[in-house]
Amino acid sequence: MISRCPPSGKLIEWLVQPGDEVHKGQVVAIVDTSKAAIDVEIWTDGVVGQLKTVPGETVLVGAVMATILDPGEAPPEPEPPAAEPDHAPAPPAGSTRTADAARHDEAAGVRRRISPAARRHADEIGIDVAAVTGTGPLGTVTLADVDRAAAARPTPEAKSVETATPAERHALVRQAIAAAMSRSKREIPHYYLSETIPMARAVDWLTAENAGRPITERVLMAVVQLKAVARALADFPQLNGFFVDGSFRPAPVAHIGVAIALRQGGLVAPALHDVAAKDMPTLMRELSDLVARARAASLRSSEQSDATITVTNLGDQGVESVFGIITPPQVALVGFGRVAPRPFVTEAGLAAVATVSASLAADHRVSDGHTGAMFLASLHDWLQRPEDL
Amino acid sequence: MDDTELRTAIVTELHAVAPEVDVDGLVDTRPLRRQVDLDSLDWLRFLVGLHERLQVDIPEADYPQLASLADLMGYLRARI
Repeated sequence: MISRCPPSGKLIEWLVQPGDEVHKGQVVAIVDTSKAAIDVEIWTDGVVGQLKTVPGETVLVGAVMATILDPGEAPPEPEPPAAEPDHAPAPPAGSTRTADAARHDEAAGVRRRISPAARRHADEIGIDVAAVTGTGPLGTVTLADVDRAAAARPTPEAKSVETATPAERHALVRQAIAAAMSRSKREIPHYYLSETIPMARAVDWLTAENAGRPITERVLMAVVQLKAVARALADFPQLNGFFVDGSFRPAPVAHIGVAIALRQGGLVAPALHDVAAKDMPTLMRELSDLVARARAASLRSSEQSDATITVTNLGDQGVESVFGIITPPQVALVGFGRVAPRPFVTEAGLAAVATVSASLAADHRVSDGHTGAMFLASLHDWLQRPEDL
Repeated sequence: MDDTELRTAIVTELHAVAPEVDVDGLVDTRPLRRQVDLDSLDWLRFLVGLHERLQVDIPEADYPQLASLADLMGYLRARI
């Protein structure tokens, strides 16, 4: 079996060696094209036989870069290059000349090149690629370069969020948001759906409930919505969990990350644990506590990493609707806009009815629009019978 | 409790919820939520703080009467 390189370019590095087992979709090599360094994926399972291209060599479209053995197939005897006229001969002197040319280009100020795999890895481990020395062709930063930079990095100062000044804390939060959201938009193929949900029954029910409660036990509509999301999620496991190492791991219960705006700017989305199992006064107390601690920068690390889905509510700011960016490695985010009276068609005709726009942003690698639509319909139904939540 | 003490109590509870607010810059007659970024949870925490300090329960139905600092002072003065 043969793996082919999509566009022509210069091979930067092999990420596999002869004898390695490979799987469909795995990145096996990095090739530098005129525009960017790209990952070369393999389209079959098997074992790497021979690497027929050396780093620095130019690979033409359709050229054989490597042979892949079927599982169980014995490796062939090494063949002399001349026996295969259809593939570019390995240039013995060419690679030296290419390396020289690379150094020359770098000195002339050619822009920095980095492979997508190396960039992703650098993001994940917090390495600034601008400061990494690239050793690939044309000074391209390779995976190995990022690892070297990581190993050489001084141990970060023990500056915890608690001891940071507000300005430092703000900078840390901004950095964390930038890293997570950039990664999300790079890696997650989002799809978006929205649904206008009548809220009259939920508003009336909550008003009556709260009227009978002391102020310290009063529940906000945001909590009713969180509970409804958790209940609806029980039937849609594809929206609740983590996408890790190329596959989806559903979570057994919904720990909902609640987006909380920080007063200095920025936001965090710590987890409310097992929302479906708790009654609303309990959820209200926990949410209140979570917000207070989020703003005082005293969240527990488990709260920061446990969330299996995120809910963002911008209703208080008066927006109609919000379409969110998924927090990796989660696979979905539910957004609520403002609950307010709007023209709405009921069985009795056109009326002014309290409604809310609920949206879903979900990861298309894991679920499809059909699933998302059924989830929003279920959320709609749950919010029509708040007494059952 | 005189008006100055009552205002101090209100501002102290507001500061507990929104520590970044410049309390000296607050205008008593302007709607509070236009001067301070309070979401519905902040607002509830603020009212719970007032309740615990002054033992006044504030039903949800009364929220619309409580737009400004001056409104709050009038409302609370009649109930403590």
